[in-house]
Amino acid sequence: MLRYVIRRLLLIIPTMFFVALITFSLAHLAPGSPFDKNPNRPLPEETIARLERYFGVDKPIPEQFVIYVGNLLRGDLGNSFVQRGRPVSEIIGQGIGVTAQLGVQALLLALAFSIPLGIISALKQNTPLDYFSLLIATIGTTIPGFVTAIFLIYIFGVSFHLLPFVGWGTWQHSIMPTFVLALGPGAFLTRITRASMLEAIRQDYVRTARSKGLREQSVIVGHALKNALIPVATIIGPATAGLITGSFIIESLFNVPGIGRFYVLSINGRDYPMIMSTTLLYAFIIMIANLTVDIVYGALDPRIKVS
Amino acid sequence: MATAVTTRQQQQRAAELNVIARKQRSLWKDALTRLLRNKAAIAGMIVILFAAFVAIFAEIRIDAIGLHFRLAPYDPVADQNTPKALMEPIWTQAFGSKYTDPAYIMGSDQLGRDILSRLMFGSRISLIVGFVPVAIVFVIGGTVGMLAGYVGGWVDNSLMRFTDIIYAFPDLLFVIIIVATLRGTAFGDILGGLLLIFVGIAIVGWVGLARLVRGQVLSLKHREFIEAARCIGATPTRIMLKHLFPNVLAPVIVSVAFAIPGAMLTEATLSFLGVGIRPPTPTWGAMINEGFVVFSSTPWPVLLPALCISIVLLAFTFVGDGLRDALDPRMKL
Repeated sequence: MLRYVIRRLLLIIPTMFFVALITFSLAHLAPGSPFDKNPNRPLPEETIARLERYFGVDKPIPEQFVIYVGNLLRGDLGNSFVQRGRPVSEIIGQGIGVTAQLGVQALLLALAFSIPLGIISALKQNTPLDYFSLLIATIGTTIPGFVTAIFLIYIFGVSFHLLPFVGWGTWQHSIMPTFVLALGPGAFLTRITRASMLEAIRQDYVRTARSKGLREQSVIVGHALKNALIPVATIIGPATAGLITGSFIIESLFNVPGIGRFYVLSINGRDYPMIMSTTLLYAFIIMIANLTVDIVYGALDPRIKVS
Repeated sequence: MATAVTTRQQQQRAAELNVIARKQRSLWKDALTRLLRNKAAIAGMIVILFAAFVAIFAEIRIDAIGLHFRLAPYDPVADQNTPKALMEPIWTQAFGSKYTDPAYIMGSDQLGRDILSRLMFGSRISLIVGFVPVAIVFVIGGTVGMLAGYVGGWVDNSLMRFTDIIYAFPDLLFVIIIVATLRGTAFGDILGGLLLIFVGIAIVGWVGLARLVRGQVLSLKHREFIEAARCIGATPTRIMLKHLFPNVLAPVIVSVAFAIPGAMLTEATLSFLGVGIRPPTPTWGAMINEGFVVFSSTPWPVLLPALCISIVLLAFTFVGDGLRDALDPRMKL
């Protein structure tokens, strides 16, 4: 087990390297300089040259990559091109709290509504209640978050003025972004919980539990649910990825000052150090999430042999 | 005499073949029957056919025979630039809106362009983006997955390593990086950026399908029917095309059916973030993006494309669900 964890942890290093290499190459493939963005008010040649020298983008691309990786290993993420040379670590440090709060809230909300909904749906299979929760789950997985967000903003923000939909600060600000962000992963979790619960309640051990006279409640909670939740736990990994991709759209839409919004801004502004750092951070989080899930899966289910 | 015998033999053989042929078809026929019994899937198909009809007949122009037909009331790109900007849909008149104009059935955007026409032309982009990248994914992912599973070796190894890397990116993030960085190049200009979006979606998408096909092939390749084929001297190519391919087709069809709305969603998201197809080409995602500026004064330029995306995506998902249930009744989710 320990060897497996160490091997997986070590595998993160080459994967991160390739993620960095691919992102770096793509970012630098784009023609032109990152500093000549404004065609109406072009910067003088020598200013661009000086800026490029200052940020080191006048060097050959392979050399830039080596320098970047060297700095990265020393913990230096570089300075943002767009935000007046502020260190990227400072910008990320500022946004990550907001993004993490939003992500955790959304994940908790998703778990809070998806697991009960999935269980009820499985227990009342082929009833209107089941169809209703399946419909909700289908809508949640199919319709993109920003479209749902638009409908919600229209209803709660524009029509009835119940909730603020721009900015961040009070808890009211976080209601709609959290809900929209939770909807996709939550809907997916509902489907998984339902499917896995349907399988569990048909197992022999559930029949045994019932025939030895246990109360229905303890059959469902103590025997069926315990096993049904194992596959659900594995979905938390992909759900984290879903939350991350969701976050930069939702943050842009609701003007939430998290790293997701900075990421979209940095892509449009060709802010290489920001693009690199955020992408690497996202990739790292996803790899850690997947690893955690694999370990937890092995611990939860002794039938699974980690290899 | 000899010929008569041959004929009888041939007849017998033909009869046998017929039986086998009918048996082979019955799996697919069964699936089709199950699919046609699924009401949600039928509704989905009707919506898709309607969207395809609108997309095709939004405008047909064949100059060679002087044919020019346009179902859409207006040109979607030319700014009308009349004072009739931000008209509301005509049905809002019933609720007391004073800003309606019978010329704009669904209202107009801030540049005075007819929303209905833009929605109709937008369906073209959505459907094309749904189908073309998925076709690329099907060809590349299918081939690589088949080779990786059946032949193994370096193809398999590089596929697995490459998947590890791709899986570390959230897929949408990867598409955004590709599309956003290559937009300025000559390649990004082809078809107004459409080709770049195809490629971006396909690059990320083929890996999942390759993994799926590989897994299926790995579980099939030691079965008796493959060994039998190998014994009678079938070439690897023949085994892959004639024996393995039909057997992996069912899960592949299901996966492809879900990849279509996935690709449409990606395009809508890219356009919404402003890195999609170049304006003024109407796409639903871009319409949402542009309309958002005026959202608090009039919601229609945003609500209507959002509604279109939702309905079409749901339609594709219903068909995908139906296909999954029809092709593999055990695989319930």
